[in-house]
Amino acid sequence: MLMSVNGAASGGAQALPRRRKRSLSHSKWPVLILFLPPALLLFTVLVILPMGEAGWYSFYNWNGYGTPTQWIGLKNYQLIFRNGAFTQALINNGLIVLVSVLVQIPLALWLASMVASRIKGALFFRLIFFLPYVLADVAAGMIWRFVYDGDFGLVGGIAHFFGADPPFWLADRDVAMYAILGVVVWKYFGFHMMLFIAGLQAIDKSVLEAADIDGATGFQKFRLVTLPLLGSTVRLSVFFGVVGSLQLFDMIMPLTGGGPSNSTQTMVTFLYNFGVTRMQIGFGSAVGVVLFVFCVTLAFSYKRVFMRHD
Amino acid sequence: MTDIATSAPIDAASAPTSGQRLRTGTQIYIYVSLILVAGIVIVPLLSTALGGFKTLGELRGNPFGLPSDWQWSNYTDIILSKRYWLQMSNSLIIAMLTVFLTLAFGAMAAFCFAHIRFFGSSYLLNYFLIGLMFPAATAILPLYIRIRDLGLIDTYWGVVLPQVAFGMGMSIMLFRNYFRNLPQELFDAAFVDGCGYMRFFWHITLPLSRPIIATVGIISFVSSWNNYIVPLIMLNSESRYPWPLGIMIYRGEFSTEWQLVLAFITLTILPTIIAFFLAQKHIIAGLTAGAVKS
Repeated sequence: MLMSVNGAASGGAQALPRRRKRSLSHSKWPVLILFLPPALLLFTVLVILPMGEAGWYSFYNWNGYGTPTQWIGLKNYQLIFRNGAFTQALINNGLIVLVSVLVQIPLALWLASMVASRIKGALFFRLIFFLPYVLADVAAGMIWRFVYDGDFGLVGGIAHFFGADPPFWLADRDVAMYAILGVVVWKYFGFHMMLFIAGLQAIDKSVLEAADIDGATGFQKFRLVTLPLLGSTVRLSVFFGVVGSLQLFDMIMPLTGGGPSNSTQTMVTFLYNFGVTRMQIGFGSAVGVVLFVFCVTLAFSYKRVFMRHD
Repeated sequence: MTDIATSAPIDAASAPTSGQRLRTGTQIYIYVSLILVAGIVIVPLLSTALGGFKTLGELRGNPFGLPSDWQWSNYTDIILSKRYWLQMSNSLIIAMLTVFLTLAFGAMAAFCFAHIRFFGSSYLLNYFLIGLMFPAATAILPLYIRIRDLGLIDTYWGVVLPQVAFGMGMSIMLFRNYFRNLPQELFDAAFVDGCGYMRFFWHITLPLSRPIIATVGIISFVSSWNNYIVPLIMLNSESRYPWPLGIMIYRGEFSTEWQLVLAFITLTILPTIIAFFLAQKHIIAGLTAGAVKS
């Protein structure tokens, strides 16, 4: 009797973990088989394979019909780097990076420090500054095409007011890119400002109070306390600025489409204008591969070098 | 998720000791700067909206001020036209399908990565995260060939599926981080009670995940609503164009009549602006916190 009770108890104690383990291992596979494949299949077929195929197609001269047969080796890559428009696109992408780091981020930080302080209407200003970021790039480009228009736009109106000849910035190959850089800052500074506001809010106030007690001036506090503590936010902000600038396309199309005479081409508009519209699948794929290499090496090395500890 | 827009204002570098009010001089400096920048943001938008009420002749002489004679017909003609509503509904259908699939597939896959140990799981997760590093534009030509071979050119799915695929990395990343931060005790307790993975996902994980569902949903909705390059490549018929393509076509057709283009731009960005002011807290938090965490 006693034995059997003991036996039953010990049997139960053995059965319980066994059953739990079995139910775990039994229920693990159905979930994996049901939950993983949709994402895996879609991602593989529409992201990874196309990227691999871009590498493959880039060795061919192919117009997209039938199968690629005309193998031309590295010729597409040679053509890209010999193309003046592509060189201009690289310079322009570099300019956009430069402006987002040297103009946009200081501007965003300056505004964030004001909007984060105790003033009336701070919330209202944050909303206004963030508004351009939610608008589509295409819409922003279209609006600024109007702003820059010499005949009917705001810049034309200002020139008219001063009795000057109306300028046509977007049609001037020496000025068009700078006009576009202005739109880039207009569109994206609000996003970076929000990052900085979040960063400022994470700073421990007692550190600033301690600096006050030590007699630090406003600027000293900013340079010696706030800025170092914002390090990770600055690095993140630069990262988004760089990655975003490599992708710039939507905004350029309504503004200039890459012209006049290729002066506002970026890597993606170059890919579109020279690969897609001419159905040069091989050449366009090669541009895609170059862009891919830029994006991935930049993202990897930036994260490794600057964001190791974040 | 940090609630950026609504959390209490803090003392920035320029502010004196907390609790103390700013000096009047500093305040004036701050307000003048803020109003100046706000003006640069607002004036282009406002003059676009007002320009839509003008005649072309008036636009030439007076692009800034109020219209002397309000041309309501510029706007009403567009609102009463079929193409405006067609473009809006195309955009909405594409965005809704994109959001639904990005949420469903992303949450399901992320659940596996957060809770189940299986062979190669960390490699598979990194595989998905590669997708965060390059834009759809890099592979757009082979993607076009693939979509063409699948017979999906000029269909909504031809736009939706690539958008979902390119959003997968972001979705899985955000969901996984969130799921892993849910209390582990819930999971242990559920298993002791004999609850399987599926029921746990449906009845415990998802109801607790509203904030992250909102974040991922907002990010994928906004990026689909604003997307230009994918529909540009995948769609041919104007009847399926979402509004960013429609706006370009409209501008091409009425290139000599800026006032109509301005009215059209205003009406196409109006839904975004209204949605932004209605749900600003969620949209700002979603777009920035989402970016920070991915």
